[in-house]
Amino acid sequence: MTSMKPSMHGVAKSSGIAAGSLLTVADLPVTEVAAILAATDRMERMAGAERAQMLAGRRIALLFYESSTRTRTSFELAAKQLGAITTLVSDKSSSIEKGESLKDTGLTLRGLGAECIILRHANSGAPYLLAKTTGLPVLNAGDGMHEHPSQALLDLRTMLGRLSGVNAGRGDSRIDGKTLAGVTVVITGDILHSRVARSNAMLLPKLGAKVLLCGPKELLPEDALGLSSSLNGGSVGIERDFDKALKQAGSKGGGVAMMLRIQKERLAGLELDLADYIARYQLTEERLMASAPKAVVMHPGPMIRGLEIQGEVADGPNSAIEEQVRNGLAVRTALLVRALSTGGFESVTV
Amino acid sequence: MSDVLLLNGRLIDPASGVDEQRDVLLRQGRVAAVELPGGLKDVKAKETFDAAGMIVAPGLVDIHVHLREPGQTYKESIATGTAAAAAGGFTSVVAMPNTVPVNDSVRGLEWMLDGARQSSVKLFAMPAATFGSLGHEITDFHELRQAGAVGFTDDGKPVLHDRVMREALMAAADLGVPLSQHAEDTLLTGGCSMNAGPVAFRLGLRGMTVEAEARIVERDIRLLRDIEEHDGLRPHLHVQHVSTARAMDLIRDAKAEGLHVTCEVAPHHFTLTDEAIGDYDTNAKMNPPLRNEADRKAMITGLMDGTVDCIATDHAPHALFEKEQEFERAPNGITGLETALGLALRVLHKGQGMTISRVIALMSTQPAGIVSLEGRGALKVGSFADVVVLDPAAEWSFDANRTRSKSRNTPFDGAGMVGRVMATICEGRVVYRG
Repeated sequence: MTSMKPSMHGVAKSSGIAAGSLLTVADLPVTEVAAILAATDRMERMAGAERAQMLAGRRIALLFYESSTRTRTSFELAAKQLGAITTLVSDKSSSIEKGESLKDTGLTLRGLGAECIILRHANSGAPYLLAKTTGLPVLNAGDGMHEHPSQALLDLRTMLGRLSGVNAGRGDSRIDGKTLAGVTVVITGDILHSRVARSNAMLLPKLGAKVLLCGPKELLPEDALGLSSSLNGGSVGIERDFDKALKQAGSKGGGVAMMLRIQKERLAGLELDLADYIARYQLTEERLMASAPKAVVMHPGPMIRGLEIQGEVADGPNSAIEEQVRNGLAVRTALLVRALSTGGFESVTV
Repeated sequence: MSDVLLLNGRLIDPASGVDEQRDVLLRQGRVAAVELPGGLKDVKAKETFDAAGMIVAPGLVDIHVHLREPGQTYKESIATGTAAAAAGGFTSVVAMPNTVPVNDSVRGLEWMLDGARQSSVKLFAMPAATFGSLGHEITDFHELRQAGAVGFTDDGKPVLHDRVMREALMAAADLGVPLSQHAEDTLLTGGCSMNAGPVAFRLGLRGMTVEAEARIVERDIRLLRDIEEHDGLRPHLHVQHVSTARAMDLIRDAKAEGLHVTCEVAPHHFTLTDEAIGDYDTNAKMNPPLRNEADRKAMITGLMDGTVDCIATDHAPHALFEKEQEFERAPNGITGLETALGLALRVLHKGQGMTISRVIALMSTQPAGIVSLEGRGALKVGSFADVVVLDPAAEWSFDANRTRSKSRNTPFDGAGMVGRVMATICEGRVVYRG
């Protein structure tokens, strides 16, 4: 077993950020990724009664400044199945509406006994502010256009479960810088506004994957190549032709086609010809069968059927979309244990 | 008798080309004598400084500061901001008009310049170029000039409309004062909080492009050319806080063409890049934003080759609660008066081999010239007794907790500085002792 001290990773270089926080995947070492996924496996196998003791009586606050279905529900269910007490604060129906700052909201939650805060926020970087001002472990549940670290981890787990030749669930010894070597992950759509794309593009290459970003210039500027600064084995590239990109995901190392929603709420005046977009970038059965018939189809949700993805593909045999949701619950369970265990996983697992 | 005697120092006065040991006598607010060592040994003064090993130079001049008074004295006041200026070696500062209310009237200007504000150093002001800095209608330049305006600007915002800018340039040209422009095409920067590029992409922040700065500089230069050709006037455009290589190139070309363009660069733009934002450090957020390494180097090239006329701080204090917010919500700006000289000497003198005399020219002689401060920025007999005494060899770290400013919003807390201000003298009064 590994004896590393995992908890300070995932918080970048910032000082004053509590161990167990997960704000970014950018500086998360592969060993730590492996430890999180191994803990996810262990916790999934654990008997319900035992799991319910792990964080019995611990207090977890969910602070949501943006709407959410999957992330919020899965974090909440994860906390509850670990025996924790949760409270939800959203920007509507709280003093946030009256102008209370993020810092003061965080201090109030701390004052009420919260031991960990799960934050979703419309501003990139907000979790750093909350973590620094409260000193509590903070889990980034999506900040603006920046990151969605737990999503990238659950996406990774989904890929490991689906791709032939690679295998999850065998403990962390299987996860290293070569685990996804030869795998091409095509992420298509509104990359510019997507925190999911950023987290995946920074996480997956660490395991050897080749990430191909695909989309029109307005939604995918060349600056996206800046995401490739902190990876080891894999790579991040741009391929604007969706069919060419899919062909690479259809080559023999195995591939993933991850589709993203057009984020209308973040377009900020940007005009987009939707008919043209659909013609060029919608994942259709025809396209998939022609270029990458074996590729795993993923979508972080919420998905707009008929826009970025055809309903038939979302429901088809290649689709792992529901597995992503299930893995969300499992991975977030592990992240909560990590956040609230001062000694890292080793202190709470057998 | 309030005479001050500065003995045994190395006098650096770029205006007269002096860089050697001199003794200096200050009397009744003016420089009364500059003599070879020993030449003033019979003079008795109220105060005598032994400046052996020190540099004696004309007091520094900052033509771009935000003192927040009236209206935002929780951030800074004229008294505290100018105390910080004195500590930084400055003896003259030019206050920007984006106060509350905007300084766009004679009454507002006179109130600001009144002695009751308790300025530690000589205070000048650039009133707004347009009423309310709204960019629609130019203010009464003539009347404001009579009341002491040394130039006009809507700083914080650009004068965006071609017609209004043209009118403002012509009105300023009539009076022989600069029109100082914050070059940002705000139609391109809505919602942006840092420099556009790979770092902004990674941080998920919307970025201000190089074009947003360059387009306004380009437009303004075109207007200058057009006015010279068609109106028989020679307007003076001063480009504030240049931050991009593209804008620097445009200014270099315009100067070569013979147009009357001057420009300033802020210390943070020749010292830091957008990487300094790190994990969303709001003390590295300002406008124009920190750019990339190529742009930073272009600022240094411009400073070294003479394209840049002066260093100006864009001192922009903000309260802690304002900066302790989400990055995109936090206001733009950093303090700069106490770190400007230390950074200039570290980066330009020590790092790039620029002579100290050139640094003094960029921070005193030349900025004084841009806004035509008579008798300042020079140390010859008859000049105002505005002096900075500095220890050029001192290496130290800036401690934001010890600032004279009301605010501490600086990315340079703990940063290394070269050269320490030992004394600042403004019109013969010692306003700071190090």
